[in-house]
Amino acid sequence: MATIVETKNLTKAYGGLIAVNKLSIKVEEGEIFGFLGPNGAGKTTTILMLLGLTEPTSGSAVVCGFNPTREPIKVKQIVGYLPEHTGFYEELSALDNLWYTARLNGIRTEEAQKRIEESLQLVELRDVANRKVETFSRGMKQRLGVADVLIKKPKVFIMDEPTTGIDPDGVHKMLDLIVSLSREHKITVVLSSHLLQQVQRICDRVAILVRGRMVAMGAVDSLGKEIRGRDKYIFELQLAETQPAILDAIKTIDGVTGIEKSGDLTLIRSVADVRPQIARKVFEMNGSLLHLKAQDYALDEIYMKYFRGAA
Amino acid sequence: MTGLAAVYWKELADHFSSRRFLFIIGLIFLAGLSATYVAALSIRQELADNPEQPFVFLRLFTVSGGVLPPFLAFIGFFGPLIGVILGFDAINREQAGGTLSRVLSQPVYRDAVINGKFLAGLTTIAIMFAGMALVIAGSGLRLLGTPPTIEEIWRIGIFVGLSIIYVAFWMSIAILFSIFLRRTSTSALAGIAIWLFFAFFMPIISGVLADTIVPLGQQPAPELMVKHDNTDLWISRISPAHLYNEATVIDLAPTARNLGPVLITQVQGLIPTPLSLGQSLLIIWPHIVGLIALTAIGFAISYLKFMKQEIRVP
Repeated sequence: MATIVETKNLTKAYGGLIAVNKLSIKVEEGEIFGFLGPNGAGKTTTILMLLGLTEPTSGSAVVCGFNPTREPIKVKQIVGYLPEHTGFYEELSALDNLWYTARLNGIRTEEAQKRIEESLQLVELRDVANRKVETFSRGMKQRLGVADVLIKKPKVFIMDEPTTGIDPDGVHKMLDLIVSLSREHKITVVLSSHLLQQVQRICDRVAILVRGRMVAMGAVDSLGKEIRGRDKYIFELQLAETQPAILDAIKTIDGVTGIEKSGDLTLIRSVADVRPQIARKVFEMNGSLLHLKAQDYALDEIYMKYFRGAA
Repeated sequence: MTGLAAVYWKELADHFSSRRFLFIIGLIFLAGLSATYVAALSIRQELADNPEQPFVFLRLFTVSGGVLPPFLAFIGFFGPLIGVILGFDAINREQAGGTLSRVLSQPVYRDAVINGKFLAGLTTIAIMFAGMALVIAGSGLRLLGTPPTIEEIWRIGIFVGLSIIYVAFWMSIAILFSIFLRRTSTSALAGIAIWLFFAFFMPIISGVLADTIVPLGQQPAPELMVKHDNTDLWISRISPAHLYNEATVIDLAPTARNLGPVLITQVQGLIPTPLSLGQSLLIIWPHIVGLIALTAIGFAISYLKFMKQEIRVP
């Protein structure tokens, strides 16, 4: 796998405010890479620098072998960008908007016709292609934005907050679309979001930005593990009647490091998956088991640690 | 170059399909045509009394029919409005709508956007004035029954050129505002404010300034009066509207020989013949250069600002 986007100490300062602070990342070909962070963390600024739409104050970026500051046209030929507030000419039809993009890209008429058809098909907007964009919902506009980017057949697709402000059904469609772009069309996707819950499902790797600094990078799973440290597992246990004796017995299981109460649930921390042992103990002590579940790698914890801690 | 052509054709199509533009152009055509019609009627009256008159055709543009001001005055007055309408939301509307960042993320140079917009506006203005001049000439031909001479055609051509530059100046000012001001309503108002300033307040200001710089006493000497009027004139010439008025009058009325105050002693023994085209051009050459320069400066500032602007909307 080749590195397709690479930044080294990328920095952008607006006056005294440092929007992006010495960011160094690598995005491999074909992966879905997410910039995560609260609002104002420098995600959009980073994206604009990758596209050559804003000049970095210092440091450098390389996209598909080109420097976006020096060769913005080359970068824009192979990189598609979907801004957070995608704008279309509202008084024109969806089709006319896409034609304009095709012309701006200098695509020949027959080829453009074909590509427009294909991309509208892909985002399921072919039936409404002749409607004015002003009649579209935000989700539809967002998908039209994807179609718009696909016209240039990009190698890299950069999306800024692709799911913000769309209804749940729209979010679902959008995420599926992003996955299919990556898996079926082999497009490298770089996206930014502050909605960790939504994008963690699709991102191969994420970089967490807080106030312009990258505080963590890696797969969401491994980030979760990192935060929990030694206690890799947390189990939720609910009994019909909580007996201290049972809990004491569970404490003696190999690997269990702690037990705490949280409402109706008892949280059991452990270094290994000890659910069978827990269940056995409960039955041995004649307890009635209602619920036993391993907690997901806690996004909430990631949020707590990185996002809220920084605010 | 593909980017420039794409932007150019899109903008041109936008102008000719935008309702506000069609509305103003309809209004001006209507006003212009009625002014010409009334002028033609009064010229016909004069022709009946005295058939030997030079430059009958040109007078279609300059003669006031009594009820209506001449066509020239209509353009001098409404021209800026056309320019402002063509340019006031050129950039900030696209910025607010998010289309600018989408267009700029395509493989086009940034200046293709502003150049394309300016050229499309210029083309629109040119088509509009050429059309208007042809319609007036056509109807004049019917109403007066005399064809224009070659010189008159040249002079009408120069008038169209001057009008295009004049409106282009206002468009460049409007585009400038659309880059510096984030809201379209603000930039429209700013453009209209500048127009009103030059149309109504500049003559007052130049008069007051001239009075201050060259105070006239109770019974001023003729030299002092000439100096006063010249000062007034030079201050007025800051205004592009004034430059345009002077230039078009000299161009369309060949009997007009000069632009400032003239002492009676200077015209004694003068034979009141019209100036040749070359001589008229000589008088208004500085005006033409001035108008082009003002337009170029307006566009240059817009260009530089646009190239350096952060496209991010805060």
